[in-house]
Amino acid sequence: MLEVRDVSVSYGAIKALHGVSLTVEQGQIVTLIGCNGAGKSTTLRAISGLVKPSAGSIHFEGKPVSRMPPHEIVRLGVVQAPEGRGIFSNMTVRENIDLGAFTRSDKHAIAADREKAMELFPRLRERISQNAGTLSGGEQQMLAIARALMARPRLLLLDEPSLGLAPQIVQTIFKIIRELNAPPPRGAGTTILLVEQNAHMALNIAHHAYVLEVGAITMQGPAAQLAASDEVRKAYLGGR
Amino acid sequence: MLPLLIGLVFAAVMQLVVKPNIGDYPAKLVLDIGIAISLAVSLTMVNGFTGQFSMGHAGFLAVGGYAAGIVTYYGSQRIWGDRATHGGILSGRPLAIDPATLPLVGHGDWLFLAALVVGGLVAALLGFLVGLPSLRLKGDYLAIVTLGFGEIVRVMIQQTNATLKPQDIAWEEVYPALPRPAGVEAVASYAFDVIDPATKLGRTVYQAVSDTPAWDVLTHVGGSLGFTGIPKYTSLFWVYIVASITIFAAFRLKQSTFGRAFLSIREDEVAAEAMGVNTTRYKVWAFVISAFFAGVAGGLFAHTLGVGLSAETAGFLKSFDIIIMVVLGGLGSISGAVIAAVVVTVLPEALRDIPQYRLIIYALALILIMIFRPKGLLGTHEIWDRAVWKRVRRRGGSEPGKAKGGSSP
Ligand SMILES: Nc1ncnc2c1ncn2[C@@H]1O[C@H](COP(=O)(O)OP(=O)(O)OP(=O)(O)O)[C@@H](O)[C@H]1O
Ligand SMILES: [Mg+2]
Repeated sequence: MLEVRDVSVSYGAIKALHGVSLTVEQGQIVTLIGCNGAGKSTTLRAISGLVKPSAGSIHFEGKPVSRMPPHEIVRLGVVQAPEGRGIFSNMTVRENIDLGAFTRSDKHAIAADREKAMELFPRLRERISQNAGTLSGGEQQMLAIARALMARPRLLLLDEPSLGLAPQIVQTIFKIIRELNAPPPRGAGTTILLVEQNAHMALNIAHHAYVLEVGAITMQGPAAQLAASDEVRKAYLGGR
Repeated sequence: MLPLLIGLVFAAVMQLVVKPNIGDYPAKLVLDIGIAISLAVSLTMVNGFTGQFSMGHAGFLAVGGYAAGIVTYYGSQRIWGDRATHGGILSGRPLAIDPATLPLVGHGDWLFLAALVVGGLVAALLGFLVGLPSLRLKGDYLAIVTLGFGEIVRVMIQQTNATLKPQDIAWEEVYPALPRPAGVEAVASYAFDVIDPATKLGRTVYQAVSDTPAWDVLTHVGGSLGFTGIPKYTSLFWVYIVASITIFAAFRLKQSTFGRAFLSIREDEVAAEAMGVNTTRYKVWAFVISAFFAGVAGGLFAHTLGVGLSAETAGFLKSFDIIIMVVLGGLGSISGAVIAAVVVTVLPEALRDIPQYRLIIYALALILIMIFRPKGLLGTHEIWDRAVWKRVRRRGGSEPGKAKGGSSP
């Protein structure tokens, strides 16, 4: 579904990615783990078109997207809940959620999806007309995910959804990620590319995993296999 | 539609009931306020809604004013052979005409309406041309470029030619090749200075007003002397109908999906782009719409009694006045912009006896506002929002509108 091939990205003189390749198959949860500054967010930004790769190519369902502007990539169904959430803080929760559906015009389906998002995050329903800036960190994260879902993503990019959240809320968020990915009767069957610091939980729910170190992929494989490998356990799972 | 109808009635009442009862001087002040409201609210669409800091709003005001002025000045000449007002009661009754026979809306009013629309469209086109390249810039850079735009307009206006005034010229002089019809002595004509290609010397040629195509008069708008002699159509009715439409448009914008895109750009441009908002396109749209209303307000300004339309209209000082209104009212607040437009227009009048302190008091007021209300009087809220009143009641407490998202570690 998504093919990232030899992608390099530079911020001025700083080279953040040198030749990153990864593949996401339809229906999977793929996780990308790595230390701070490894280039995880940069990879997602490149996929979303928010930064332009200096080399390499990105294909979504066979279509080259590395030269498309971000708003067109969203229309293809690649939607990101960005790092630090990027919610619109001076707007209400409701307005934020509706902006998630900006690319759509089917009013009834939007209303139905809004209802679904509220069922997923009952907390948001209670806060529906509150300014998004006044939500707690966890609530903002829920809002960011709900907003991304409103675009009906075919590929959902999540950048550290558990960042700074209490363990209990992290559990909830991961449960929702798994539900979203579950095939139709139970979930939406959404394909997910998940960037996480919390490698333990990420490897737990993912099908496939990539390890990114200073701008390059150093390891990849089925998530369970990576979780069992010595290097990963030492570097990302706290040893033992 | 209902709000527009209310606006129409309000504007008519301002002209027909309020104006006759408040005297000339207060009426002029009320008129200035109305134009200021249109200007402040139109700038709010860019600086407030999309959060782009444009500093050349007076450029659009001036361009709209000149374009509208050309339409009525030269149009009037062409249609009626003079440059008097041919309006009805709603655009202020001309003294010479018997009030009983005067219609509510005269033929001249339609010309004026057309002029306002032309002024708005020309300004909007310019907004597009300026917006397209400059909105790829951010923050200070955009501010500087738009500031430069206003100055460019100012200088270009200064380079224009003197206003054309028709004179009665002997038939033979205007039409040397045509036989003179019986009874015709002279032809109303414009004088053009041309360079004779043979002798390289300047000479004056005369062209009948009725033969002069519109594009020949475009550059004759007075140059550094200012554009004088524009018929004075602007009345409280016109000013407040435009103000009503501007405010109405701003509110509709703020509540529509289209306008939400503007607001999302102000809140977080990257997130907006990630939601599928084509930010460049919407920023240009904001510029175009804002410039349109500024241009219409410019048309009103140009046709106001006692106003001299000149290059200075496009200058930085005028832009600064409008920016102050928007910042004072709270970037993004329509009602805030309206309130600030009233205050900023009335304040200098209140300080008329001590004009030398005007700028000092301005600066002081701004500094105080920035210290005590860094987001302006109303922030991004409207005056009837609960958040505003909560904040007023709990002064010194936490400000609900102020908290920013994404503050976790
Ligand atoms: N806008 C930018 N300008 C300059 N350098 C940047 C920019 N964004 C990221 N970088 C640099 O690029 C590198 C990769 O950053 P990136 O944000 O992709 O890391 P990350 O893996 O997401 O880290 P974290 O886990 O801390 O979020 C870092 O060295 C960072 O300093
Ligand atoms: Mg990151």
